[in-house]
Amino acid sequence: MTTALLLFWPAFAALIVLLLKGQAARTVAFVASLIEFALVLFALAGFNTASGSTQMALSFPWVESAGIGFTIGMDGISLLMVLLTTFLVPLIILSSFKHEYKSPNAFYALILFMQTGLIGVFVALDAFLFYFFWELALIPVYFIAAIWGGARRIPVTFKFFVYTIFGSLFMLAAFVYLYLQTPGSHSSEIFAFYNLNLSSESQSWIFWFLFIAFAIKMPVFPFHTWQPDTYTESPTQATMLLSGIMLKMGIYGVLRWLLPVVPLGVSQWAGLVLVLAIIGIVYASFIAIRQRDLKRLIAYSSIAHVGLIAAGIFTLNEQGLQGGVIQMLSHGINVVGLFFIIDIIFSRTNTREITSLGGITQTTPALSICFMILMLGSIALPLTNGFVGEFLLLSGVFQYNGWFGAAAGLTIILGAVYMLRMFQGVMFGPKSAATEVFADLTMNEKAVLIPLVIMVFWIGLFPNTFLSISEPAVGNLLNIIRR
Amino acid sequence: MTSIILLSFFGVLNLFIGFANSKKSLLPLALLFLAVVFGVNLFSWNDPQSYFNNMLTIDNYAVAFTGIMVLTTLLLVPFSQRYVDDRDDNLAEFYSLLLFSLVGAVMMVSYENMLMLFVGIEILSIAMYVLAGSDKKSLRSNEAALKYFLMGAFFTGILLFGIVLIYGATGTFNLAEIGAASAATDGVMSAMFLLGLLMVIIGISFKISAAPFHFWAPDVYEGAPTFFTAFMSTVVKTAGVAAFFKLMAAAFAASYATWFPTLVAITTLTLVVGNIGAVVQTSVKRMLAYSSISHAGYLLMALVAFNEHSDSSILFYSLAYSTATVAAFGILNMVKTQRGGEIYEAFNGLGRTNPLLAFVMTVSMCSLAGIPLTAGFFAKFFVFAAVLQDTNMVWLVVVAVILAAVGIYYYFRVVIAMYMHPAENLPRLEVSSFSTFVLIFITVLTILLGIAPALVSDII
Repeated sequence: MTTALLLFWPAFAALIVLLLKGQAARTVAFVASLIEFALVLFALAGFNTASGSTQMALSFPWVESAGIGFTIGMDGISLLMVLLTTFLVPLIILSSFKHEYKSPNAFYALILFMQTGLIGVFVALDAFLFYFFWELALIPVYFIAAIWGGARRIPVTFKFFVYTIFGSLFMLAAFVYLYLQTPGSHSSEIFAFYNLNLSSESQSWIFWFLFIAFAIKMPVFPFHTWQPDTYTESPTQATMLLSGIMLKMGIYGVLRWLLPVVPLGVSQWAGLVLVLAIIGIVYASFIAIRQRDLKRLIAYSSIAHVGLIAAGIFTLNEQGLQGGVIQMLSHGINVVGLFFIIDIIFSRTNTREITSLGGITQTTPALSICFMILMLGSIALPLTNGFVGEFLLLSGVFQYNGWFGAAAGLTIILGAVYMLRMFQGVMFGPKSAATEVFADLTMNEKAVLIPLVIMVFWIGLFPNTFLSISEPAVGNLLNIIRR
Repeated sequence: MTSIILLSFFGVLNLFIGFANSKKSLLPLALLFLAVVFGVNLFSWNDPQSYFNNMLTIDNYAVAFTGIMVLTTLLLVPFSQRYVDDRDDNLAEFYSLLLFSLVGAVMMVSYENMLMLFVGIEILSIAMYVLAGSDKKSLRSNEAALKYFLMGAFFTGILLFGIVLIYGATGTFNLAEIGAASAATDGVMSAMFLLGLLMVIIGISFKISAAPFHFWAPDVYEGAPTFFTAFMSTVVKTAGVAAFFKLMAAAFAASYATWFPTLVAITTLTLVVGNIGAVVQTSVKRMLAYSSISHAGYLLMALVAFNEHSDSSILFYSLAYSTATVAAFGILNMVKTQRGGEIYEAFNGLGRTNPLLAFVMTVSMCSLAGIPLTAGFFAKFFVFAAVLQDTNMVWLVVVAVILAAVGIYYYFRVVIAMYMHPAENLPRLEVSSFSTFVLIFITVLTILLGIAPALVSDII
């Protein structure tokens, strides 16, 4: 029941927000998202973290003729993803308070609708339900980006939309096929898929059908071409939703619907995926070094980070998977923080070009500290959240293959290069014309950044708070894969 | 059977009412007639009856498809109002021909005998030839009618030739007897039978505008008055595909292996031509014409799957496709008459000037594109599921999936125009309250079927 409440509360709140006029919408949306976060904390309190199996499950038939059930539930991995979503959405809504968007009721209603879609993806235990929420999460963010975005928003977001739907239709075809392979009167429940024992030939092509959908969403090289443009053209809130939460849908999809469903297919192709992921890491890092636009730089850094997560989870060892889970949280927190700081800088200087910025530290102690911490978290300095995840991921990749590990390790060095170069260009040096007058953080901005900074240290210093929640679930997952 | 009699009777009645010169009463009367037929038709549910020495059978299959076609017409007729208001004469004929063509459509879904199929197609088509040219002063409409008539007559000839050859090979017009005769040959068919089969397939493929017999469709659909374009691409298509499946299942199930490759080729080609053709259009009406070709392809996919899920997939797909198409053409018709254009730009800013229309159009486009939460999603889902029963057909689903993604491109261009481009002096549309009601009904139905498809998917 708790899970269903978590799932439908944002959609219900969205309907209310839609009816409101003017700026009351954002206040109500913010309160609704805080209530959602409180609900998750309540769910966390009742969650047995020692068990790796599904909890708080709910199941009833939906479309019986097609074997579709409304089956939802959470294990440790799902719970962490739901936690991340509900933690970030209030901050994302809060971060929008400095903007006056036109038709605010539609804007905030779409954010809340998307939250339902995202949570649905993380709790669905039925293949078709998963697909349903997967598309449901896409449509609101497409409209947010395409209506409230920048000058080139229409072609860019359209490419993003068609590209991702193209991928997910393959996933749908694979699900239909898997569903028809289940014995007896068919079932699309995830546990039925886990017990299929398909031949390695069919697993081989199903792997690609599913992988394309997830790889486009993450995105993994060479499926990433929609991402930098879309992140750059979207309004900051949509960029945060896309990078902070939505790309985790892809990784979560791999963990839940790819690795355990077609383990033989994975063992055939994991090597190739690792190579693609590592190419992506190095390639995106080098491009990030050359970027002048802050938003594009972070967009490319995001491809590099996600590449490492993908490499880690396809090693199929515990360090890799656990690292992937914790790094999803860390990346979500860091990237949302960094995009928000870029938004702050842009709102005061009207530019995102590194060369036209500089000297901001002189007048902004609070902003500088927050920016520094989030940046160091992104570089994976010890004591910050990025370190825990990247360390585990890299040790996972090293166990798989030493050379791969060495190549993937470049991410830390190259990450430091582009991040420090960016920080230096934006924050240090002489003041430029654009940064001549630059006010420090307002209360509202602090309210967004301080929780993020706290989380950077929390995950960095006490990763076990979160690792222990996902550990039994990851163990369970590995047992299914290794059968 | 009662629905055929009633439709014919109402058609004639309408003509007489036309003499009385009461122009205002024609539209409400037409709606009333259709509603009566819709209700009466349902009484035959679960009560299969054969008529005229087994020439027609009204079974659940016939009742379900008749229901969809009458409902589609019922939803479509309110949009004729503005079109009708502009005309000064021949109003009664207009509704009568519509009712007569429905008679043909009903026969096409309930025939048991190849001759009845032919008669049904002819009744449907002759009315449509006239209606396509009913905008007498428009050159495009005249061109459409002439093209449709010449091509239609030619392909009806081929169909009839095919029927005769099959009669020559098997000695019967009855579907069940043809089925028994071809089953008795142990898969070795005479050349006459094969040629006849091929010609029948070509004849019907023309009617549902399947490639490579689709070349008439874009021009005719564009030239005909929008109202009839909507009728042709919904009711005529539904009747054609339902007749096609019935024919294949009842008469040619034994020769499945023979026609299967041909139909797979037709299906694939139809999907490709329809979807790729729609991408390059600048006119929404022409885009919808090509989209209707592509949907013929998806419907044919359910046919080539040829298993116990085929009929219910075709039924659900027809319903989802017809309702969404009616809404799309209805709104297009308003845009055309009040903004004077059918290109994508004519839809600019509709999200601001007419939020409700824009929302209805968005839902319809999503349904046609197969986005979840709309009926169109489950329509595609059931079709894909039916095809995937046969593991060797995965490639066809892959092709369809890629082309469905292409479809999203051209459907969403309308959505983008409505929400993301400013209206710039384009007027707000005036919508009659009756049309609004129908549009809301269609939207609710589309979303309802997108959430609870079992309401319709399991009935036959």
